[in-house]
Amino acid sequence: MDRPPNPQNTGVSTGTTILAVKFNGGVIIGSDSRASIGGSYVSNKMINKLIQVHDKIFCCIAGSLADAQAVTKMAKFQLSFHSIQMEAPPLVKAAASVLKELCYNNREELQAGFITAGWDRKRGPQVYTVSMGGMLISQPFTIGGSGSTFIYGYADAKFKPDMSREECLQFTTNALTLAIGRDNVSGGVVHMVVITEDGVEHVVVPGDKLPKFHDE
Amino acid sequence: MLEESSLQPEWLSEEVSTGTTIIAIAFEGGVVIGSDSRVSAGASVVNRVMNKLSPLHDKIYCALSGSAADAQTMAEIVNYQLDVHSIEVGEDPLVRSAATLVKNISYKYKEELSAHLIVAGWDRRAGGQVYVTLDGLLARQPFAIGGSGSSYIYGFVDAEYRQGMTKKDCQEFVVNALALAMNRDGSSGGVAYFVTIDKDGTDEKCILGNKLPTFFDE
Repeated sequence: MDRPPNPQNTGVSTGTTILAVKFNGGVIIGSDSRASIGGSYVSNKMINKLIQVHDKIFCCIAGSLADAQAVTKMAKFQLSFHSIQMEAPPLVKAAASVLKELCYNNREELQAGFITAGWDRKRGPQVYTVSMGGMLISQPFTIGGSGSTFIYGYADAKFKPDMSREECLQFTTNALTLAIGRDNVSGGVVHMVVITEDGVEHVVVPGDKLPKFHDE
Repeated sequence: MLEESSLQPEWLSEEVSTGTTIIAIAFEGGVVIGSDSRVSAGASVVNRVMNKLSPLHDKIYCALSGSAADAQTMAEIVNYQLDVHSIEVGEDPLVRSAATLVKNISYKYKEELSAHLIVAGWDRRAGGQVYVTLDGLLARQPFAIGGSGSSYIYGFVDAEYRQGMTKKDCQEFVVNALALAMNRDGSSGGVAYFVTIDKDGTDEKCILGNKLPTFFDE
């Protein structure tokens, strides 16, 4: 499991909670919205960590913000060129592979990990994780960032394959809310993007509308 | 790992720790306290069936985590102090008294010790109670989790805990939480032990690895 980098020697870092979940007919990719410096100063309360790398492919970032932005910018360019050459939208796996190549080849300098999720015609909804060292694997759902340690148990217990869109939205919102509740470097609002064959929908749940659990 | 200079096996030089998962929850009329059973020394598992639920008195138990030696010694000392105390007052000790004795040791030897005990039990005055004594503080909570595996189940326990759970609900809650943590934490594993304490007595149970609850990917 990846540990977040030492805050003392990285600049702005997205101490964060990110996740992506496959459901029946699509994927939901979600994150919190806090960016912090060293865990003691919130530098941005409403940062968007869900980056669109192509029409139906999104990725979210954990680790050093600067590294993540540089890598996603390069990946966006490579993917748009690739899709022109192939004359078709890129596969989700292609997007994940582009990120993986960048992460692996520069693994000494970079400190960023990615979750890629999207929909393509060949394999439908998919979720891929690219870890900090450059490993690429496909999973039914995946969680990442510093806040993810607190929700491994919840996610293992509550995830079901082939959920409906509503169940999946509820699962994602609950998981992010629980992580935000326990991790001091995750917070703000819950951003989610729902990607299906029909298109892309951005859902934002502000702090006061998040579900409440027993001690609140 | 193969280039490590030591010619001895790792478990001879690494400190023995009950990197662990422990949990306790109070219900109306009692408590359920549970733990995993793995004791590790670095990457080696030196005991896979250790019972980390240690009785401090008839109806008061504590759950051990952190350095195995420190935790066991603290529990033994408090066991002795509680025996003396209960003879002096002429009746069964309060759970709060046991927790206070543990807290006194944790606080006084804060720098030297690295163990965390959760104290739980039943007494006539306040029924089922759970106390945490981390770093020398004393706090009563409706439920408590501790040990290295507890990080992974904070979300799960926050979501699943409700007020007014019955004894059976609490037992299921404890076993599910332990199973989830044991699946994710490298330092937790083995079997799940849990003890149910109420006015009628204490009931110790052990759930073997293959009988633990399974989740979607198993």
